[in-house]
Amino acid sequence: MAVVLETVGLEKRFGGLVAADNVSLKVEKGARHALIGPNGAGKTTLIDLLTGVLRPTAGRILLDNRDITALKPHARVKLGISRTFQITQLFADLTPLETIGLAVSERFGAGKDWWRRVGSRPQVIDEVVQILENFRLVDVMHDTTAILPYGKRRLLEIAVAVASAPRVLLLDEPAAGVPEEERHVILDIVAALPQEVTVLLIEHDMDLVFQFARHISVLVNGGLFAEGTPDAIARDARVKEVYLGEATHV
Amino acid sequence: MSPRPLLAEVNRRLAARAAWHPLEIAFWLAALASVFVLPGRHLILTEIAILGLFALSLDLILGYAGIVSLGHAAFFGFGAYTAGLLAKHGIVTEPLLALIISGLVATLLGFVTSFLVLRGSDLTRIMVTLGVALVLREIANRYAWLTGGADGLQGVEIKPLLGVFRFDMFGHTAYGYSLAVLFVLFLLARRIVHSPFGLSLQSIKGSPLRAAALGVPVNGRMIAVYSIAAGYAGVAGALLTQTTAFASLSVFDFDRSADLLLVLIIGGTGYLYGGLIGAIAFKLMQDYLSALTPQYWPFWIGLLLVTIVLVGRERVSSWTLPIRRLAGRLDWRSGRPHAAG
Repeated sequence: MAVVLETVGLEKRFGGLVAADNVSLKVEKGARHALIGPNGAGKTTLIDLLTGVLRPTAGRILLDNRDITALKPHARVKLGISRTFQITQLFADLTPLETIGLAVSERFGAGKDWWRRVGSRPQVIDEVVQILENFRLVDVMHDTTAILPYGKRRLLEIAVAVASAPRVLLLDEPAAGVPEEERHVILDIVAALPQEVTVLLIEHDMDLVFQFARHISVLVNGGLFAEGTPDAIARDARVKEVYLGEATHV
Repeated sequence: MSPRPLLAEVNRRLAARAAWHPLEIAFWLAALASVFVLPGRHLILTEIAILGLFALSLDLILGYAGIVSLGHAAFFGFGAYTAGLLAKHGIVTEPLLALIISGLVATLLGFVTSFLVLRGSDLTRIMVTLGVALVLREIANRYAWLTGGADGLQGVEIKPLLGVFRFDMFGHTAYGYSLAVLFVLFLLARRIVHSPFGLSLQSIKGSPLRAAALGVPVNGRMIAVYSIAAGYAGVAGALLTQTTAFASLSVFDFDRSADLLLVLIIGGTGYLYGGLIGAIAFKLMQDYLSALTPQYWPFWIGLLLVTIVLVGRERVSSWTLPIRRLAGRLDWRSGRPHAAG
């Protein structure tokens, strides 16, 4: 399989703290790749580095063998990297319709249109409605995000990321804090993503990880600790010790 | 494919989002009527129109993109002096053309200084914008051979508008001119905020982090809107010079920037009319209170400011809710429940 996203010796230091320590990660095209690790292992830092929110202290990030280390976040989105946030990041004053519409129109390069009225491009509207339906957001599409129930906001969080039509989708704990009865909706949606979309998932819920992932990387103290298939990771004694073992005490 | 009725509903809602509300039409008809009904009040109405345009400018960056400024007078003053110098030295004598040039020059200044407000928190932006205005004021003060320094720019003679309409001492021409400019620039601003570009500004205001994560070039959009807003402020300043045939250092004053923020706090941000309504309220109040207590009127303005901020604008505006509900919804946003907190 072809490698779509790769990091080479990626390092991020905050003063004395090493949040990413010489991470060389390869994500294959169409992968269902999970990134796990104890709290503070640097998982979200890695996502921030991949999406350009943070600049690495050293190392490179390659998308399709192209160096994107110096690109701004929005430029990486244009190249097909999209993410969700562990702590919901949405626009309180905008509706789901507007939020998704914004993402789709940016993708069409229509975001700088200052003369057109919002909603005057049929192909954008078609797609926005499609996404709203897929994510079960039609009933709340005219409500401001601030008043949406938490579960709907999590769905919108993922919907926005998908609206950018990513080739690589980085999901940072998509189901975090979502009540059990709404969890399956998010899991179904993640499972139903097109096979050609590469998914890198950060998750604490081991059931979800082992249900979803075909490849797992374990991050500990900012460094890659272990890698392999779910079976191999589940059998790995060292991983059990630092991670799974710890989890049983929680 | 999505079902047709749903698409039709979405299209209808999006069209309604940008549609003219009856109250908006009433507002502009009233403004037009004031030209004919209140000929004796054209001087203060001119001041209101200019302040309204200036506030509209701040609303574009504060109310839409979330960029706070306490030095917006920098662009107002730059436009004011540009218009004054163009007229004084006979470079461009036709006022409308000079106005456009002044606006473009201020836009350029906005573009150059926009890079200073891209990064940082509200506090750093307040300090940086304040600093830019102070610097410009002192430059104007220092180069007295050009600007007249503390004496102001003397000997500005404004030629008839379009070669036809003379500026009279009652402010008839001035008001018609200012109102027309305000209306045209308002239409442009309205177009901008209802466009995808305008929507992306609102997303930046909501969360720059998320906006960038869904593909919005945050810096580029902020530079664009900051430059546009600077141009608006420059036009407002140029209007002041042209309608008073004078420019002084006060155009750069901190008070002017601070009052502007107050105007927007009175009127509310993020729906374009806040600056206009705030300008009307502010000027009328200033006019009334300064007649009542010539020395102490700022006391009442200060009291009002504290009240609005402490009580909260939403509650203050809820006092007028019955009237507004009666008249229907002022705009597409006010009908929605407000954001929590």
